[in-house]
Amino acid sequence: MTTSTGTYTPKPGAAPLGRMIAAQAALETKMLLRNGEQLLLTVIIPTLLLVLFSTVDIVDTGAGEAVDFLAPGILALAVLSTAFTGQAIATGFERRYGVLKRLAASPLPRWGLMTAKTVAVLVTEVLQIVLLTVIAFALGWSPQGNPFAVLLLLILGTAAFSGLGLLMAGTLKAEATLAAANLVFLLLLVGGGVIVPLDKFPDAAQTVLGLLPISALSDGLRDVLQHGASMPWGDLGVLAVWGVVGIAAAGKFFRWE
Amino acid sequence: MRSEPVVQVQALVKRYGTKTAVDGLDLVARTGVTAVLGPNGAGKTTTVETCEGYRKPDSGTVRVLGLDPVRQGGELRPRIGVMLQSGGVYSGARADEMLRHVAKLHAHPLDVDALIERLGLGSCGRTTYRRLSGGQQQRLALAMAVVGRPELVFLDEPTAGLDPQARRATWDLVRDLRADGVSVILTTHHMDEAEQLADDVAVIDAGRVIAQGSPEELCRGGAENTLRFTGRPGLDVASLLKALPADSSAAELTPGSYRVNGKVDPQLLATVTSWCAQHGVMPDRISVERHTLEDVFLELTGKELRS
Repeated sequence: MTTSTGTYTPKPGAAPLGRMIAAQAALETKMLLRNGEQLLLTVIIPTLLLVLFSTVDIVDTGAGEAVDFLAPGILALAVLSTAFTGQAIATGFERRYGVLKRLAASPLPRWGLMTAKTVAVLVTEVLQIVLLTVIAFALGWSPQGNPFAVLLLLILGTAAFSGLGLLMAGTLKAEATLAAANLVFLLLLVGGGVIVPLDKFPDAAQTVLGLLPISALSDGLRDVLQHGASMPWGDLGVLAVWGVVGIAAAGKFFRWE
Repeated sequence: MRSEPVVQVQALVKRYGTKTAVDGLDLVARTGVTAVLGPNGAGKTTTVETCEGYRKPDSGTVRVLGLDPVRQGGELRPRIGVMLQSGGVYSGARADEMLRHVAKLHAHPLDVDALIERLGLGSCGRTTYRRLSGGQQQRLALAMAVVGRPELVFLDEPTAGLDPQARRATWDLVRDLRADGVSVILTTHHMDEAEQLADDVAVIDAGRVIAQGSPEELCRGGAENTLRFTGRPGLDVASLLKALPADSSAAELTPGSYRVNGKVDPQLLATVTSWCAQHGVMPDRISVERHTLEDVFLELTGKELRS
């Protein structure tokens, strides 16, 4: 017979909401940064592409310094890799291994978990952007334009890719998400104006490709950072539509188990 | 003390497509330890997961700590602890890291280091979840269920796949929880687990509760128990039978070997030994074969439990 020691005497209660979300965001960020394959996508590939294509003349990037064309595209790729590919794969496996299910039984509300995931994505993006910006400057990058427009593009781009990534993670099997998210990453890398200018494609293809969120993001960033545009409304509009549609669809179809 | 119900399930029905997993299930669990016992596919996990707020009943009502787990989940969740049958941890997280994280989601968590020590998780070190042994993963899931100091803990097959030592450690923790006033609902298909831990056992088969009561009540009710003794051959069995309660039977199986069937309780044992004393018989090798929950289950369903 055991006697009471009082160690486990019930004293239930949720931590304050802010503390829960902060803890969750910190853990999510740590998990993202600890994952080797994720780092390959989010750090190594964008860095290699930036350095390689800026220093070796492989793709004709038009008039001016190659790095001025490439840096905005690579920043768009960084957002794609974290908000879409990385988030889709990580969330897909969290769903598969019951992490989302277990957390759903914790005091942290579901929207709190999603907020924490978004914070983790934003923190990772800030680290990526700092790193890539430093490298681009070292390669002779001379950006211009309105920093507020750049920020708005990055935020809307993150929203669009997050919605699509979560839609994929919440509806497909984890393995299918892994394969599809990587494939989409590769296709958008080639066909989304990241390193290959869209005007290298046939006219008909250009119209379609121009409506992809990655094209809108890379084109918008380039308009501002390379050409000094003040506010690329068209690209912002495309991203906003993708964001609204993606997040609404993810909200409707996302399955937690 | 065992008064107000912590879980009340009434006429619960839950279907998945055309398959009915839970079929009009009634269950009342009071403070203490309640074991939900049944074979695989009986509806144990569905029932528990409905109580945890994961599933919405197709019909029937579920109340946990007086709350609707779906509509009042936000209020309920901080008060309960959940151990899923498997998983629930980031594959790249270390055991202590995950446990500390769950602790941070609660207002007054247990001392994490002490809990790690208690469940022998200290040896996990820097190993990430996916590389932990099955037993370590189970114990981590158990720790995550109790770290928030809940009033009520749901453990879905807490000892499945554990070695005897780890199983014993889990049982000890459940006993300590009970002693400190935490209510526990656990599912199991191990009879001995239910017998060892539970104040109350609900036997589930094919989506319904087919029997509920304390392990003693279940073993007594319905199923007959057996008392055997050996003595001098040729005793007057008819005279013995007269001394026994009406629903008993007695027989000399082989010369000198006797069997009494009936409700074997201390009173019956005393009756047999005093009859022997009156007749100058020295009964040696008295043995009592009490029916186990395993027998009860077989009797109720005509099925082996672990199939």
